[in-house]
Amino acid sequence: MNRRDFKIISEWIKKESTVLDLGCGDSTLLNYLVASKDINGYGLEKDIEKVQESIKKDISVIQADFNVGLEQYFENNFFDYAIMTQALQENKNPDRIILEMLRVAKEGIVTFPNMGFWKNRFQLGFLGRMPISKSLPNNWFDTPNIHLCTFEDFERLCRDLKIKIIEKKVLNNSYSTNFFLKLFPNLFGEIALYRFEKTN
Amino acid sequence: MENKFDKKSVGIVVPKTAEIKHSLSLDCGKVLEKFSLVFETYGKLNKEKSNAILICHALSGDHHAAGYHSNDDKKPGWWDSCIGPGKPFDTNKFFIVSLNNLGGCMGSTGPNTTNIETGIEYGPDFPIVTVNDWVNSQKLLADFLEIEKWACVVGGSLGGMQALQWAISYPDKIKNSIIVAAAAKLSAQNIAFNEVARQAIITDPEFHDGHYNKFGVIPKRGLSIARMLGHITYLSDDSMRQKFGRDLREGKLHFGYDVDFQVESYLRYQAQAFVDRFDANTYLLMTKALDYFDPAKDHGGELFKAFKNTESKFLVISFTSDWRFSPAKSHEIVKALLKARKNVSYAEIEANQGHDAFLMPIPHYFNVLRNFMENL
Repeated sequence: MNRRDFKIISEWIKKESTVLDLGCGDSTLLNYLVASKDINGYGLEKDIEKVQESIKKDISVIQADFNVGLEQYFENNFFDYAIMTQALQENKNPDRIILEMLRVAKEGIVTFPNMGFWKNRFQLGFLGRMPISKSLPNNWFDTPNIHLCTFEDFERLCRDLKIKIIEKKVLNNSYSTNFFLKLFPNLFGEIALYRFEKTN
Repeated sequence: MENKFDKKSVGIVVPKTAEIKHSLSLDCGKVLEKFSLVFETYGKLNKEKSNAILICHALSGDHHAAGYHSNDDKKPGWWDSCIGPGKPFDTNKFFIVSLNNLGGCMGSTGPNTTNIETGIEYGPDFPIVTVNDWVNSQKLLADFLEIEKWACVVGGSLGGMQALQWAISYPDKIKNSIIVAAAAKLSAQNIAFNEVARQAIITDPEFHDGHYNKFGVIPKRGLSIARMLGHITYLSDDSMRQKFGRDLREGKLHFGYDVDFQVESYLRYQAQAFVDRFDANTYLLMTKALDYFDPAKDHGGELFKAFKNTESKFLVISFTSDWRFSPAKSHEIVKALLKARKNVSYAEIEANQGHDAFLMPIPHYFNVLRNFMENL
């Protein structure tokens, strides 16, 4: 397992912490975090086939749509971290989910694709077409992404919701970083990872 | 005897009897000085005795969970699809124990056995036992078999309640608990169904206050109606529509009260088959055990507190069309286990068979069981 985003998340979280993965899929990430940080991991996943795979990996997984599952099952501050990778933009109410993440966990971690990436801007601005790229592979009519945003948009939302961004990492689609990316993240970054918490 | 059955069957099995010479104090206050439990085993107990699995049966179940009693048997045990070589409860790997519960009618001490103190059949005087009593009796069976710790206790419906109670009563004697289509307590609606079933039996003129055997009769009308009612609640509207629709048995209406529709014929057949094999007093007792189950009761109604000392890992499974033990009842269990910070997984299986789904070889359901068992 050599995924850069997994590595970053693993570096961000404390050893033996309690972690929830929203839309955990087949629990590859949780499994990685169990190995690297000895976490106590739980996953929420609505697809039964992925639930089966998670159970095979000996991960605690609850079959539920996390839009209802979070509220239904978890008490306040139950987890140290709530993680959601590449699913924020598929949510009906991303703002509500982010707040829910910070209700059940002390810190939230999200990763999502950047609509403001220059190739996306080019496709929309010059070609007049909805962007299709490695990180946004679907057509406009069959995409699960209903709430795409740019890094700038996400950071504004955090300000509005009084959420403090603790750390941020911007990557290109091969999950690495470079000079331009660091200089103009909202233009050259394709995927971002954010770690955030409530401000009181 | 040779196994003439397919390779995935455990083949011919012979029930055994455990004479438990240890007294058992029941929740009702009575004490059984000794009792017998009939059981079957499948697979081999390993040297470390670490591969033992206990199967708990539901309302009308018994010890015969897998395989056949003779070459002439038409049907295998009630959970044969799940138990055997290469099946989710793999007999190549596990030693599986399945018993007839105390108060049952298939050979274990119960209403239709003789009370050694009086020399006459217990009948209605057999004490009402609870899920907790069953688990205590099963612990004595584990001692009898010299099994220190179960790798897993598993059950569906009323059996799931026993798997849950095991984790609560004997936290260090059970490593895993699988709770299928169960509930931490019955709803009023569910108790109501049980009460109608009981009233059907009790008001049958041939019930004789439970002493029907003395009169050489059985309350078959009451028991039939109880079973028909139960059966309807174990199916879903959808599955009944698919299975029977409004199909007529003989292609025309008779303008009378005999069977017109296929569904009527089915219910009557099921009821008759049940009356031939099941005891009315046992049925009454089993429904009471269902009604009384409520492990949260001793913890101020807070289920998560009942789970506080549990050490086992849990797998909870429900079925979408099950309205007798609906997914919402499983959610309660999962929520409380999470609140108690226990290791739990939950699968909600898409199925249209209603409560009966827990006995069906539904691929997603079996994959979940199989994958969970692989990690034991």
